[in-house]
Amino acid sequence: MKAVFLRDLRLAFRAGGGVGLGLAFFLIVCTLVPFGVGAGGDILSRIAPGIMWVGALLACLLSLDRIFALDGEDGSLDLLATAPLPLEGVVLAKAAAHWVTTGLPLVVAAPLFGLLLHLPTPALPWLLTSLALGTPALSMLGAFGAALTVGVRRGGLLLSALVLPLYIPTLIFGAETVRLGAAGQDPATPLALLAGITLAVVAAIPFAAAAALRVNLR
Amino acid sequence: MAPLLTVTMLAVARGGRRAVEGVSFQLDPGAALILRGPNGIGKTTLLRTVAGLQDPVEGRIDLVPDSVAYAGHADGLKGALTVAENLAFWAQLFGAGRAQVDAALRALDLGDLADRPAAMLSAGQRRRLGLARLLVTGRPLWVLDEPTVSLDAASVLLFASAVRAHLACGGAALIATHVDLGLPEAAVLDLTPYRADPARPAGRAPASFDEAFG
Repeated sequence: MKAVFLRDLRLAFRAGGGVGLGLAFFLIVCTLVPFGVGAGGDILSRIAPGIMWVGALLACLLSLDRIFALDGEDGSLDLLATAPLPLEGVVLAKAAAHWVTTGLPLVVAAPLFGLLLHLPTPALPWLLTSLALGTPALSMLGAFGAALTVGVRRGGLLLSALVLPLYIPTLIFGAETVRLGAAGQDPATPLALLAGITLAVVAAIPFAAAAALRVNLR
Repeated sequence: MAPLLTVTMLAVARGGRRAVEGVSFQLDPGAALILRGPNGIGKTTLLRTVAGLQDPVEGRIDLVPDSVAYAGHADGLKGALTVAENLAFWAQLFGAGRAQVDAALRALDLGDLADRPAAMLSAGQRRRLGLARLLVTGRPLWVLDEPTVSLDAASVLLFASAVRAHLACGGAALIATHVDLGLPEAAVLDLTPYRADPARPAGRAPASFDEAFG
């Protein structure tokens, strides 16, 4: 599993690997919104939690099709399926690599980008916490979508249509955590629910994604 | 000595249609079997079934679990990684060490290319790297689909000697090909007589939910 994880990390950092693309996209979203709604602080700081979370979600979506599509095209997936590592382990390792190259940079950069959106200072730690707890679920669900669409040519759009609805619970509780934090209230409840969703997804999705891969390999 | 692979009255299907049926053969350690037959008869499907990538429609495949090293039409190489890195990844996955990687590079004459990105290789060199992967898997049963495509005459000889060394160590090889591999000692099985009757159904009804978990 470590071998697959390290290989995906290495590939992401090589030419054409696309590390940092999600982060750049996230920055652009956070920059564009003030141009669109006006830089007047009040409206912006009220919608900031939602914008930050929607932005993070879309940034995650960008690189999802890389998880399995490239390996499917060049035949690596067939070879991985005959390797000693079970496909469930392959899914877990690849989703983890996706999170490290896409989710983790978002988590680290989000408080800084929050300033662009006038996000109230008390909300910043909650933004960091909620993204840290929520983005692993985004990578994991994305791996499931990528496994379903691995044989489909130009499957990116189909992948988005499949995966975005699955992101809704994470979005609701993630944005709610930040909103409560911004309002100075206690966000423990949505945060606990957010963590619960992530745990359930990490526990269940490897099996679902591996089953989807087995069907697609035939 | 127990056979490495026993195939009994096997029928395989591609896209819901039977390809070949009633195929039986046995592979003992040290033996190689070459599958022949016209395009589309189901050589690749048969090999993928033996490799465990799909289920047989009928019949049995008996082999030791985790004994198959499969090499298909695609080599599974990453252009952004060097030759040595590509090979080291598979070695790590299959639990082989640095020494086996070096030996595999030498065996297929890739030593000089070790630090070259795989994207810079020619088609024949890529193929050789794909075959070198077999050596680091340490698996006894090689299942090879058209292994010598784009290899030049010297490389075909290299490949033949790699297969021979593998057989001498008690391994076995099942190879689908149209060309002469330089392995006169290998048995040949022509699949033409086993072509399935297209009117017959492909077997079990497809697309039950549970098939994903079989």
